[in-house]
Amino acid sequence: MFFIGIYGFITRKNMIAILISLELVLNAVEINFAVFNRYLFPGQMEGMFFTLFGIAITAAETAVALAIIINAYRVIGNIEIKNLSKMKN
Amino acid sequence: MDPIINLIIFACLGTASLLLSVLAVSSKSLLRAATYLLLVLICTAGFYLFLNYHFLAAVQISVYAGGVVVLFVFAIFLTSNKGDRLQKHQTKKYVMGALAALGGIAVTAFAVWKHQFVYGGNATMEGDQEINMKVIGAALMGTEKYQYLMPFEILSILLLAAIVGGILIARKR
Repeated sequence: MFFIGIYGFITRKNMIAILISLELVLNAVEINFAVFNRYLFPGQMEGMFFTLFGIAITAAETAVALAIIINAYRVIGNIEIKNLSKMKN
Repeated sequence: MDPIINLIIFACLGTASLLLSVLAVSSKSLLRAATYLLLVLICTAGFYLFLNYHFLAAVQISVYAGGVVVLFVFAIFLTSNKGDRLQKHQTKKYVMGALAALGGIAVTAFAVWKHQFVYGGNATMEGDQEINMKVIGAALMGTEKYQYLMPFEILSILLLAAIVGGILIARKR
C-alpha cells in the first residue's frame, strides 16, 4: 500500500524528550489527515482544514508546554520527569 | 509527473522522515533532537508539496520551522546546564516502549493491508488539483456549510489564551 511509511512513523516514540515525540506524533497525524483527504476525497478540503487548525493548535500547545517547562526548571533546577513528581506542595 | 519519479520522490521523503524521526527520539543531546525534529518537519512540508497542498506546506514551514523549533531551541538553551546529557531510564522501559511501538505498527499495517481503499478521484485529473488560494480564503472566512469562520475565531481566542498563559506561567515572580 502507498502510505504504510506514514503509518510507521505514527506509532514510534516514547522517550525522555516527550515533547519532541509529541510533536512528531501530531505531525504524523496531520500527514494522515492530508493524505486521506487527498487520496480518498480529492474534491473536498476538510482534511486540509483539519490539518491547518491542527498545526495552529500544536503551536499553541507547544508554547504553553515550554513555558511550563521553563518555570519548572526555574523552581526545581532540572527537567527530568522523576524530579517533577514532587511539584505540588 | 512521471509515476516512477513520483515513487522515487516519495521513497526518498519517506525514508528520510522515518530515519530522522528515529534519530530525533533516540539522540543523546536535546539540541540534536530538536534539529532532527526540524528536518522531519521540513520533510513533512515536502510531503504536503508532493500532495499538491502548497498552502499547507507554506504554513508548515513558517509555523513549525519558523516558530516551534526556535521556541524549542530557546527552551533547551534556557533549561540545560553545561555538558548536560539526557538521563537514561532502565532497560525495561525501553523494551516496553519498543514493544508498544512495534505492536502499534503491526496493528496499523494489518489494517492497511486488509482494507481496500477506494481512490476517490479519477486518475486522469491527478497532478493539477492544487487548491486555489481564493478558495481557501473563502472557505476560511465563510459561515455556510463547509466553511470555517467559527473554528478560525475560536482558534484565535485559543492562541491569545496560549500567549497570555505562556507569559503568566513563565514570568519571573
